[in-house]
Amino acid sequence: MGKRMTLGSFSFDAVIYILLTAMMFAFLYPLYYIGIISVSDGISVMRGDVKWFPVGWNWEAYRTVLANPLVLTSYGNTLLYTGLGTFVNVVATALCAYPLSRSRLYGRKVFTVLIIITMLVHGGMIPTYIVVNSLGLLNSIWAIIIPPAINVWYMIIMRTFFQNIPNEIHESAFMDGANDLVILWRLVLPLSLPVIATMVMFYAVWHWNSFFPATIYLHENKLYPVQVILRSMVIDGSVQADSSRDLTTIVTSMKYAMIMITILPIICVYPFIQKYFVKGAMVGSLKG
Amino acid sequence: MPGKMFAEPARNTIKLSERKKRIAENKYLYAMLFLPMVYFILFKYGPMFGILIGFQNYNFVKGVFGSEWVGFAHFREFLADPYFWKLVRNTVLLNIYMLIFCFPAPIALALILNEARIKWFKKLSQSISYLPHFLSTVVVCGMVVNFLSNGGVINRIVAAFGWEPIPFLMDPRWFRTIYISSELWQGVGWGSIIYLAALSAVDPQLYEAARMDGANRWQQIRHVSFPGIAPVITIMFLLSVGNIMSIGYEKVLLLYTGPTYETADVISTYVYRRGLLGSDFSYSTAVELFQSVVALGFVTMANHFSKKVSETSLW
Repeated sequence: MGKRMTLGSFSFDAVIYILLTAMMFAFLYPLYYIGIISVSDGISVMRGDVKWFPVGWNWEAYRTVLANPLVLTSYGNTLLYTGLGTFVNVVATALCAYPLSRSRLYGRKVFTVLIIITMLVHGGMIPTYIVVNSLGLLNSIWAIIIPPAINVWYMIIMRTFFQNIPNEIHESAFMDGANDLVILWRLVLPLSLPVIATMVMFYAVWHWNSFFPATIYLHENKLYPVQVILRSMVIDGSVQADSSRDLTTIVTSMKYAMIMITILPIICVYPFIQKYFVKGAMVGSLKG
Repeated sequence: MPGKMFAEPARNTIKLSERKKRIAENKYLYAMLFLPMVYFILFKYGPMFGILIGFQNYNFVKGVFGSEWVGFAHFREFLADPYFWKLVRNTVLLNIYMLIFCFPAPIALALILNEARIKWFKKLSQSISYLPHFLSTVVVCGMVVNFLSNGGVINRIVAAFGWEPIPFLMDPRWFRTIYISSELWQGVGWGSIIYLAALSAVDPQLYEAARMDGANRWQQIRHVSFPGIAPVITIMFLLSVGNIMSIGYEKVLLLYTGPTYETADVISTYVYRRGLLGSDFSYSTAVELFQSVVALGFVTMANHFSKKVSETSLW
């Protein structure tokens, strides 16, 4: 009896591990495939010889992609939008969350309700566009930075975190003559580093990956973030738009090289930051 | 708690002078809140006010106050338009397929992960399964488009079987399959987090008791793990049903092509094309408003049921 149980349990385990291995393969192989195509020789790619390892290793596709001035400009734009955007996000979210975390704020309920309503009722794409336009933000970096300044969901997570900081800390700071700005900057934020780190990463990944706002609010090549350029090269296929050379043979490698260039930063930091994300997702989902 | 009610004076009995004093004492709090509130008024309430243009023939020069009012004319127009109903059908159908395929998958994954006894293996598979969630929509769609293209890797496999290449991206019959598969690939791992959290809260003694009763691993999943996360499943299901009128339109926008509009065009992509590309602001705002109102109805209903079933709700 006992032996049969172990055998059953063993085959059960085997099924579990086989399933999980297959799943990991399904998640990783497409990314690996893009990687090996991007460094393989164009002719072998066209013949379909590249399956498991790069064939005829070379960096030609990367050199050609990076020689396109648009790629570098857009990469710089994305770095700027992500950096500045995340900074604005975190500052605005903290400025909103801190007052709402204090019960001595008269009218706290009203403010909170007014903000929560915006999670449920949206003006929609067109009215938002009209607002951005009438504020004169169209075709400027601010159209990318300001409209998504505060994510209400993250704001609530931050507020909940601030609420859990013991009130005695605030009181003793008041005794020492500190005002709320000083308390937020010197006491609350340093005590909230874990939640701030999580916010930074959520917002930063969002900015890095965002493409739709740029599509509708920006009209100039030199302002586009990398995702928009990626779209036109990889999905609309305008990979050789401004090149005089014949790139037919390496066009696939170039597309995949472009994908690699945009996901590389995410892949590189991912192993170090993913546990923060998971924590953030847990807080978000369980507090709901 | 009746005792608490007497401990604090009710809000409206605070005297005016006292209220002023309290506001003055906390002036820094209000100063901090000033910019965020301006933000919400401009960028969230502004567009809500802008919904009015759905009842106008909006003219950029005249603005919201100067444009001509037309009442429900736009609403009558699209409700009578067969293409609008095609959009509704496409939107709802995509969501129904999401419910059938993308809803159960994270539950299954969480149950499988929960059975993996080797700690590092479990951790590794979790980490890898979350990875696609962090790739941008453009990257995922770029991969899909290139893998499915005529000379792409999928058609190479098709050719290896001796079949003709399939024009996946041009054939409306393939769109939903492609959309759902890419959503599945990108979202299944991340979606499993909430169920894993629920599973880790199941009392280990229940498994112990089940083993004592001779339950095998499969029976433990069926009679301990699954009931343990059933409340979470219910809530998540209701939330998904509540979202049945909206769909992640960015992905549709990137994956659809002229020939696939038949099955791919959804309300939001239509609003984008007609409103922003075609500058028909009023009509598309009316369409979007209709969608939001119906969607809000669904969410409210879902919330109501969620409250009933589990005493957990969104608000």
